[in-house]
Amino acid sequence: MANKILMPKLSPTMEEGQISRWVKAEGDAIEANETIAEVDTDKATMEMTSLEAGTLLKIIVPGGENAKLGQTIGIIGEKGEDFSALLDEASANGAGAKSDAETQERGDAEKKTELADEKPAASETSSDGTAQKNVAETEGRSYDAQRPGAKEDAQKETSKVENESGGRMIVSPIAARMASENDVNLKSVKGSGPKGRIIKRDIEEAIKSGQRSAVSGQPEEKAQAAPSFAAPEIQNASRFREENTSKMRQVIASRLAESIGPIPTFYLTVEIEMDNALEFRKQINASIKEEEKVSVNDVIVKVAAQALTKHAWVNSSYQDKTVRFYEDADIGVAVAIDDGLITPVVRGANRKGIVEIAKEIKEMAGRAREKKLAPEEYTGATFSISNLGMFGIKEFTAIINPPEAAIIAVGAATPTPVVRNGEVVVRNIMNVTMSCDHRAIDGATGARFLQTFKQMLENPILMLM
Amino acid sequence: MAILTIRDALNQALREELLRDENVFIMGEEVAEYDGAYKVTRGLWKEFGDKRVVDTPITELGFAAVGVGAAMAGLRPVIEFMTFNFSILAADQIINHAAKMLYMSNGQFKVPIVFRGPNGSAYQVSSQHSQALEAFYANFPGLKVVMPSTAADAKGLLKSAIRDDNPVVFLEQERMYGLKGEVPEDDDFTIPLGVADVKREGTDCTIVARSMTVTLALQAAEQMQKDYDVSVEVVDPRTIKPLDIDTIVKSVKKTNRLIVVEESHAFASVGAEISHQVTEHAFDYLDAPVKRISCAEAPMPYAKNLEELALPDVPKIIAAIKEVCYL
Repeated sequence: MANKILMPKLSPTMEEGQISRWVKAEGDAIEANETIAEVDTDKATMEMTSLEAGTLLKIIVPGGENAKLGQTIGIIGEKGEDFSALLDEASANGAGAKSDAETQERGDAEKKTELADEKPAASETSSDGTAQKNVAETEGRSYDAQRPGAKEDAQKETSKVENESGGRMIVSPIAARMASENDVNLKSVKGSGPKGRIIKRDIEEAIKSGQRSAVSGQPEEKAQAAPSFAAPEIQNASRFREENTSKMRQVIASRLAESIGPIPTFYLTVEIEMDNALEFRKQINASIKEEEKVSVNDVIVKVAAQALTKHAWVNSSYQDKTVRFYEDADIGVAVAIDDGLITPVVRGANRKGIVEIAKEIKEMAGRAREKKLAPEEYTGATFSISNLGMFGIKEFTAIINPPEAAIIAVGAATPTPVVRNGEVVVRNIMNVTMSCDHRAIDGATGARFLQTFKQMLENPILMLM
Repeated sequence: MAILTIRDALNQALREELLRDENVFIMGEEVAEYDGAYKVTRGLWKEFGDKRVVDTPITELGFAAVGVGAAMAGLRPVIEFMTFNFSILAADQIINHAAKMLYMSNGQFKVPIVFRGPNGSAYQVSSQHSQALEAFYANFPGLKVVMPSTAADAKGLLKSAIRDDNPVVFLEQERMYGLKGEVPEDDDFTIPLGVADVKREGTDCTIVARSMTVTLALQAAEQMQKDYDVSVEVVDPRTIKPLDIDTIVKSVKKTNRLIVVEESHAFASVGAEISHQVTEHAFDYLDAPVKRISCAEAPMPYAKNLEELALPDVPKIIAAIKEVCYL
């Protein structure tokens, strides 16, 4: 039976994609999982694969043209099959997809149901329950990027929408019982079942990852003794724990936001003497292979990650009713590419060595320039670093990448006359400016972080402490 | 152990009980000279004669009533319905008389009678001859309802049914008469009524199946093990009433997931009852809603393709397993 090939959702923020080229031509045989086209999304060029074997009967959206999410871009089926009906349907649906995108007010979930409805298989389902199931299936089954966990992510995303819109937490009976017996806080568990239902498997994972809530009685103490971290939505991203925001913090947040816009930002600048850090880098590079050489920026990434582990508020995210504290420092490193900017994320930089960080950044930056990064590689950082030192920029401010709470803008380390012990000496001075989301970070909080950051850079041995 | 078809296992059970107790006799349409419409009573008329194996006119209400009267008078009749669809004609005798007599006579008259014959679908016998009536009979206090799925169960349960002092509705399955299985050779082999059997042990999901659907459930379980490494437990209650809910609940407490597969229609079915009882006794152990696979909500179509679509099958069971296991 002939089937429509729909424009898949290849990145979290994608609303339409451009077919950069069809790898297959009309009449070509297609194996399941074979790449049929390359699609430019808002972030990267992704390979689009077919989960279905057959023959590419018709290309509806040719290379170079755009298609909305869920729009029919081609038809797959058996050689010689009559697909005129699908073709008619496709032209009608194409229009539908466009008008959908124009009506921006529709919720995500609704849009997805819409997509499911366009699938011939889903047309017979009408009741809410089955339609919902089809959403998940459609997302998993459709020509999704062949990345591990793609289906899971898609389902989780649907779950999230459902759970939030419903407002009510859905938990299977045994999951509820196991959570209470094992002191797992259900609020910190992400449901992987239909409609975000928290199921046994989720609790087992939570128990395995040691994510237990405070025992009633001394909640404060317990929480501090063993902070529990929830699983992230993005694979391999840092786990986090959420704490309710205090009334004071909510007032601070809303007052400051009213004053300055969605993210009330303030800036802190610090001068850092880089001579020891440069020496430190030199020593590292002297002992490793040429291709493993680390840059000053790699050292800064590592130092920032270490400092973040000591300053939870800076490695957090303001979420209105809660503040999300991340367990790891996932550092987004801004990389300039030909027509823009992308921030590959070094996951768990606090747990990685400098050489490993350097290698990872080099590799990801390379792929970023080729637009080959997968979405989970450039989203979901907990903190970002932008370095324009190599352009000779002395000092600048960077824009926070929400929902992160802060970003540091790193300037060039420049030989500068400074006074030390009453004498003028020349030191390599680097200016670092941190943009802070005032809803999470107060002036002193940010200053203390920068203090740690400065001390560690000026005396790298402190990183061991 | 002998390998017997379910047909021959039932035949052995009848023969052994005819030999064992002279009060046992068989009555029904074509059961004697013709050896039974499905040859379950083959050879018994020749061996035991007219008094023990009795051909009747096509009068279900009449011969069921004769059976009830004979049971009240101390005999142990085994009444064969050519199919249980015809038992509907005799429902007044089964439900209003056999089931009520002990109670309404204040214990003076017990009715040790077995109503037996094929239940459920056969091959293209259409709407009026494909019904699964277990929920109908199980609804009324006073009746026991038995549904074997293997040759050994068929033999052991039929012998227990004949020896039981209550009226027993013994539901066979035409598609399964030729199904072979090991049967113990002991001529006093019985299986107690009201005891479920775990046909396959597993840890991830429980399927409660009965009669024909046991075979389907076992096939689906094998395939899930092979393709997904999912371990499915198959529980066969064997007796619908009294229902061995303990075995089912024990299994659900282990696997946290339940699917009931049945040939009958879904509404107010035995599956609905099991689902309720499991919710009552094992609510805190469930990780997914109880799933049922039943016959389509329509009279059984005659067309072969539609008949296949209406009935439970292995792919439907596999889809259900994947659903409750969140695969």
